[in-house]
Amino acid sequence: MSANTVKSPGRQPSPSARGDSGSSNRSLRSRRTSRRLAADAGLLVVAAAFVLPLAWVILSSLDTKADLKVKVPDGITLDNYDAVLTPEITFTPLLNSLLLCGGGTLLTVVCAALAAYPLSRFKSRLNRPFMLTILFATSLPITAIMVPVYALFVQVDLIDTMQGTIFFFAASQLPFAIWLMKNFMDGVPKELEEAAWTDGASSFQSLLRIVLPLMGPGVAVVTVFSFVMMWGNFFVPFMLLLTPEQMPASVSINDFFGNKGTVVYGQLAAFSIIYSTPVILLYVLISRKLGGGFALGGAVKG
Amino acid sequence: MTTAPPAGPGDIAKTVPGPGVPRPSRPPSRSKLTGRALSRALPVSPAVILLLLFLAGPIGYCAYIAFTDLQLTGQAESSFVGFDNFRKAFGDEAFLNAVWLTLVFTVVSSLIGQNTIGLALASLMQRASKPVRTLTGAIVITAWVLPEVVAAFLLYAFFRREGTLNTVLDFLHLPSQNWMYTLPILAVSFANVWRGTAFSMLVYSAALNEIPKEITEAAEVDGAGGWRRMWHITLPMIRRSIGTNLMLNTLQTLSVFGLIWVMTRGGPGNRSQTLPLFMYEQAFQKSMIGYGTAVALLLLVVGSLFSLVYMRLLRTEV
Repeated sequence: MSANTVKSPGRQPSPSARGDSGSSNRSLRSRRTSRRLAADAGLLVVAAAFVLPLAWVILSSLDTKADLKVKVPDGITLDNYDAVLTPEITFTPLLNSLLLCGGGTLLTVVCAALAAYPLSRFKSRLNRPFMLTILFATSLPITAIMVPVYALFVQVDLIDTMQGTIFFFAASQLPFAIWLMKNFMDGVPKELEEAAWTDGASSFQSLLRIVLPLMGPGVAVVTVFSFVMMWGNFFVPFMLLLTPEQMPASVSINDFFGNKGTVVYGQLAAFSIIYSTPVILLYVLISRKLGGGFALGGAVKG
Repeated sequence: MTTAPPAGPGDIAKTVPGPGVPRPSRPPSRSKLTGRALSRALPVSPAVILLLLFLAGPIGYCAYIAFTDLQLTGQAESSFVGFDNFRKAFGDEAFLNAVWLTLVFTVVSSLIGQNTIGLALASLMQRASKPVRTLTGAIVITAWVLPEVVAAFLLYAFFRREGTLNTVLDFLHLPSQNWMYTLPILAVSFANVWRGTAFSMLVYSAALNEIPKEITEAAEVDGAGGWRRMWHITLPMIRRSIGTNLMLNTLQTLSVFGLIWVMTRGGPGNRSQTLPLFMYEQAFQKSMIGYGTAVALLLLVVGSLFSLVYMRLLRTEV
C-alpha cells in the first residue's frame, strides 16, 4: 500500500494539509473500499477452511452411506437419527449428562452466589488474599490433578459415583464462578440493599430478593458457562466413572468406535449433533440476552 | 470449549479492595467482633469446604504420592521413595519425548496458531463488510462451542487418509498423505487451532474495538501503511490483551487431553503423546500411579508458574 496521496510519513499533518484536495479524499475512499474487499476475501478463505469439518458432520448425519469425507448425500434421510435415538445409545447418556452437569451447575451457582456476597459487600483484610487465591485457582490445569483425584476417590469410596463426580465438577468450576459472580455483584449498588436492611431484612434475604434478581444476566452467564464447560468435559467423567450405564454422552460417544466392528459414521455424526445442540442453543440464548456480538469474554469485561 | 474467558484486564483493579481498608476506630468488643466476622464469613464456607476437599486436597495428595511408589494394583503399602520418580522421569526417553511434543503442541497450536490467526481474524473483521463478518464469526465460534470430543471426531474425519483434507488436496492436484501417521502432532495441533482460535479472536476483537478511531485514522492520513500501523500502533496498544490471551491459551493447551486421546490415543507409537497423555498412560496402563503423579506434579508446577505470571499481568493495574 503506497502512500502517494498523503504527506510524508511520520509527520503530523497540519490542518491545511488534511483537506488539501478532493482527489486525495476520493482515493482514500477507494482505497478503503478495496481494503474492505480484501478483508472480506481473507475472512471467507479462513471461514471456508473452518467450515469443512462442520459441513462433514451435518451432511454425514443425513446420509446413511457416509464416510470420512465431505460429500453431498445421494438422498437426504433421517435414518441415522432414527437409529441412534434409542434409550441405550442416546437417552441414557444424555440423561446422565444432564444429571451430572445439572447437579454440578446447581451446586456451583449456589456456592458461588453465597460466597460472592460477603466478598462483595463486607470489607475484610481476607478478601484480597482470598480473591487472589481464587484467581490463581482459575487457571490451574485441572487435567494434571486427575490422577491423584482418582487415587483419592478410590480411598474414600467416591469412585464411580454420580455424587462424587458432581462434587468434583463443582469444585473445579467454582473458582471461576466465584470470580465472575463477585464481579457481577459489585455492579449492583449497595444503596438498594441498605433500604432493605433498615426494614429489617437479613443479609440472606437481601441477597435472595434484591441482589440476585438485579444481577440476572450475571447469574445466567455463570450458570450457562458452568453448564457448558461440564457438558463438554470428557476427562473428568472418563476418570471418575467406571460403569458404562453411568457414563455421560461425552464418554459414551467413544462407543461408536468400540468393539462393534466398523464405525457407522452417519450415526456418529447424528449423535454428535444431538449431543452438541444443547450447548449451541445455550450459547445463542445467552448471546441474545446480553445483546448481539456477545462473547463470554465481553461479558466478563462488562 | 475448555478455555476460560478472559477476566477483563482492568477488572481486578476495580474489584479487589485495596489492603488499606479503614477499620472502626473503637471496636465494640473482641468477642462481638469475632462473632460478626464469623456470621459474615458463614456464606463463604460451602464454597471453601468444597474447594478444600476436592481441589486443595487432591493437590496436596498429588504432592505427596509423587514421592511414593504407589501402584494401581496388588500393592498393600506404598513407600516413600524421595525424588526417585523425578530422577526416573528425566532419564526416561518417553518422558523427554512427551515434554518435547508438549512444547511443539503448545508453540504450534497456541502461540503461533490460535494467537496469530485470532489476531488476523479480529483485525480483518474491523474492516470487512457486516455479512462476511457475521458469517465468519458464527463459523469460528461454533467450532469453539462444540464439545471437545465432538470437535475431536470432526477433525479425525478431516485428517484421516480417506478424509476431507486429502480429497481437497487431490482436487487441487497437491500431494496428499496420511496425516495421522506422518505428522500426528501437527494434525492434533491444527485440531487445537480449529477449536481454540475463536477465543483469541474474541479477545482481540474486544481489544481492537477499544482503540480510538482517531489514532488509526491519524496514522493513516500520515501515510503509515497497514503493516506499519499494525506494528507501531495497534500491537503496542493491545499488548496487555496479547499477554492475557497468550497466558490463557497456553494454560488451556497444556492441559488438553480429550482432543488428542480421541484423535490418536497418543499414537502412532508415542508420536503425539503429550504430557497429559503420558501421565495417563503411566498411571493407568502401566499402573504406576506414583510415577504418573510425579509427571502430573511437574505439569501442575509449570501451570502454576504460568498462572502466577498471568496474575502478575492483571495486577499491574492495581
